[in-house]
Amino acid sequence: MYHPTVARLTYRGLLGRRRALVLFALPALLLVISAVLRVFVGADDDTARNVLGGFALATMVPLIGVVAGTGAIGPEIDDGSVVYLLAKPVKRHTVILTKLIVAIGVTVALSAIPTLIAGYLLNGNSQQIAVAYAAAAAIASVAYSAIFLLLGTVTRHAVVAGLVYALVWESLFGSLIAGARTLSVQQWALALAQRIGADGAVTAEVGLPVALTLLVAVTVGATWFAGHKLRTLSIAGEE
Amino acid sequence: MTTLTIDNVSRWFGNVVAVNDISMTVGPGITGLLGPNGAGKSTLINMMGGFLAPSTGTVTLDGQVVWRNEQVYRRIGVVPEREAMYDFLTGREFVLANAELHGLGAKEAQRALATVEMEYAQNRRIDTYSKGMRQRVKMASALVHDPSVLLLDEPFNGMDPRQRMQLMELLRGMGAEGRTVLFSSHILEEVEQLAAHIEVVVAGRHAASGDFRKIRRLMTDRPHRYVVRSSDDRALAAALIADPSTSGIEVDVKEGALRVQAVDFDRFTALLPRVARAHGIRLFTVSPADESLESVFSYLVAA
Repeated sequence: MYHPTVARLTYRGLLGRRRALVLFALPALLLVISAVLRVFVGADDDTARNVLGGFALATMVPLIGVVAGTGAIGPEIDDGSVVYLLAKPVKRHTVILTKLIVAIGVTVALSAIPTLIAGYLLNGNSQQIAVAYAAAAAIASVAYSAIFLLLGTVTRHAVVAGLVYALVWESLFGSLIAGARTLSVQQWALALAQRIGADGAVTAEVGLPVALTLLVAVTVGATWFAGHKLRTLSIAGEE
Repeated sequence: MTTLTIDNVSRWFGNVVAVNDISMTVGPGITGLLGPNGAGKSTLINMMGGFLAPSTGTVTLDGQVVWRNEQVYRRIGVVPEREAMYDFLTGREFVLANAELHGLGAKEAQRALATVEMEYAQNRRIDTYSKGMRQRVKMASALVHDPSVLLLDEPFNGMDPRQRMQLMELLRGMGAEGRTVLFSSHILEEVEQLAAHIEVVVAGRHAASGDFRKIRRLMTDRPHRYVVRSSDDRALAAALIADPSTSGIEVDVKEGALRVQAVDFDRFTALLPRVARAHGIRLFTVSPADESLESVFSYLVAA
């Protein structure tokens, strides 16, 4: 179910392209903001919550998820080099699962770990805020990677579609329509953060059992469907 | 001995029919798939390679359906026309990755690189390669698992004459070993040099199949049309129509030219200057009106 060669090609493709700059720029920005706030504002739980919830989890994690998830397969399908993967006796679901593992690895490493460090910088993990948001970022990374990998498999405009989902659906509709919050990866991740953090440190709109069920369902469903799409992917050629 | 069978295959994209009810069998040896650009050759090769589902009909490899069957790639090697190929890797890394995806290793990758004579540049990144070098590395990636079927889409595009000769030699060797090699081309001479057996595709239809020489003769023997301008069109017309090598002449007064249809190509081309000279007529223009590959091919469809 995991192919080391597919993983190596994916990993090098992801970090070798220009868009990889976004992957490193956002966590760097988070760490700079956190360090500056600590120096000028001092250790403060509200500031930590605002930065980790408002920037790290709401913006940085989905953006990194978009770049890593769609970038794990989209460019290969766009330029046709995926033909070298498809012309091999390797199961399509193995290709997708391997790419998902790489996308999750990159997203977790570049979002959850910086979130944890930023949390310690901001308030020294008071009320477990740093750990809670880092865990939320990690679990959100899994779901985002699966969703955006699927988008990279089904559409050539995966980055745009991913950004619309991450920014318009999760942020805009999430703040306007209560129902949209139930169908938001961010809220599912916050449910986990709420459980880990001290009482009242983090609030979520969805209960943990529902959140975990939806997270697993979306991740498994998106991954299965991406594998299915890859099995029936047509290469139209130059004509 | 592996045989690829295309059975009543059609493929359409929306309202456009790219491949129209084609049946053919590709057996051991070299087969040239000839047709003008846009004839449906790539679509056909993509279906043979299992990268595209036929809208109707089936493509089978020794009885096994090719579409959605990744196990066929143990026996098929594919050289796609597209350029993109993990440009951030070196040639060696690329061929090794292809070997590993087949469950093979560095030994097989090295052998394939040696076969295409690319060992000298194997440690350079692919994005620094010339088109011919890229083509050879693509070949190496397709040969790494020693396939019994090799499908190549326009393999000679962008190659210089020396590289072309080299690749032809390689393919001849593979054909002689009993492998099934199919390559597409829109250049008659390319196919002529390499394949004794050809399949001609025009506008999505299977126009001709068989021995190259027979098909070449069909192409030469078709009626040829010429536009001729001379110092005395009417006198020339009268003299030409008396010979059985022409089947029709129109005096186009508006254009000031003759439109000649010749049925015997060799005889007519010898006759025209002779007749003109005998009658003291000066020839200003003699130009073929339908020498494009497309019109040659469309004649084959009608034949």
